[in-house]
Amino acid sequence: MGSKKESTFINMLITLLVIAVVSAATLGGVYVLTKKPIALAKKKKQEKAIKMVLPEFDKLESKKVPDARGNDSLLFTYATKNGKPIGVAVNTYSDKGFGGMVYLMVGFLPDGTINNTAVLAHSETPGLGTKMKTPEFKDQFMGKNPASFKLKVKKDKGDVDAITAATISSRAFCDAVDRAYRTFKKEYKK
Amino acid sequence: MGQMQNFTKGFIRENPVFVLLLGLCPTLGTTSSAVNGLGMGLATTFVLVMSNMVISMVKNFIPDKVRIPSFIVIIASFVTVVQLTMQAYVPSLYESLGLFIPLIVVNCIVLGRAEAFASKNSVGSSIIDGLGMGLGFAFALTLLGSARELLGSSAIFGFNLAKGDLMLVFILAPGGFIVLGYLIALINKLNKSS
Repeated sequence: MGSKKESTFINMLITLLVIAVVSAATLGGVYVLTKKPIALAKKKKQEKAIKMVLPEFDKLESKKVPDARGNDSLLFTYATKNGKPIGVAVNTYSDKGFGGMVYLMVGFLPDGTINNTAVLAHSETPGLGTKMKTPEFKDQFMGKNPASFKLKVKKDKGDVDAITAATISSRAFCDAVDRAYRTFKKEYKK
Repeated sequence: MGQMQNFTKGFIRENPVFVLLLGLCPTLGTTSSAVNGLGMGLATTFVLVMSNMVISMVKNFIPDKVRIPSFIVIIASFVTVVQLTMQAYVPSLYESLGLFIPLIVVNCIVLGRAEAFASKNSVGSSIIDGLGMGLGFAFALTLLGSARELLGSSAIFGFNLAKGDLMLVFILAPGGFIVLGYLIALINKLNKSS
């Protein structure tokens, strides 16, 4: 081993300072380099979800809308085709999940009918709660209008068939869709 | 110790997971599938190689009393580089590994190799040591992930071999402990007989 620097106060100070400055500069550089691709990846994901929940469109316009059930706001993306509105994709969430937050996107047709839903992020139990991504569960929402379709699991006197052994995850899903619908209704009445 | 030995010791004889039993938190947390295990293993390998290299380069400039904070800052920088890069180019893998990527900073293997090897050896040996240890870690995680995915959801690397789930418990935490226990027993037997 070569001659080590003594652990004097000034040596320690300078060493840590140099290391911190070099690290900060490196991280700043990497941050700038990856900023665009990260934003792009997020946008791609959002667009993919919108394509899934809405019929064909040619123009999108996003705006934040105050949550009808809380103080937060939800992201509404209005889709149009040839200037005619064909639906709204709503980024919604529920804090009632089994493993934390559940983030969904719900696509509404202008009359309030649910076109389709997509799960964006969740931390439910693998194999049980994750079944909310399967068509068996989420297709029951397709084409239903929450005005006549109660967004609650059958155990809570609603119309939704819960996933076996994952009632809490099913409830969270309904809760998120319900949040989206109430906000949508309030916004569309205007 | 030859360079070849420096490289291969990480696989079986001094495998970080099966023999040294280091870094078990990400090991159990991320190996619910083979792809997750491999991704986590490779991310750790990159951090290990880079931090070993840089630490052995600057080892003579760092006073003994501040070596731990210096090592941690260097390691944390590389972890953040990995985190940002994964977020940008493999967002789906980044999401499934989640919190475990930033937690590589506190993985005992990384600091352990910096302290036990890189701060005492040449740059070349340190890179090889990092590569060997990292790939040994990746190998262990992939093996564990494959076993759990196979037993739990009857699939391997995302390809379904049979329809439906098999024994769900293997994807959940208890299954991780069970599989890890059996693998350690197996490796111990192999090490003893050779």
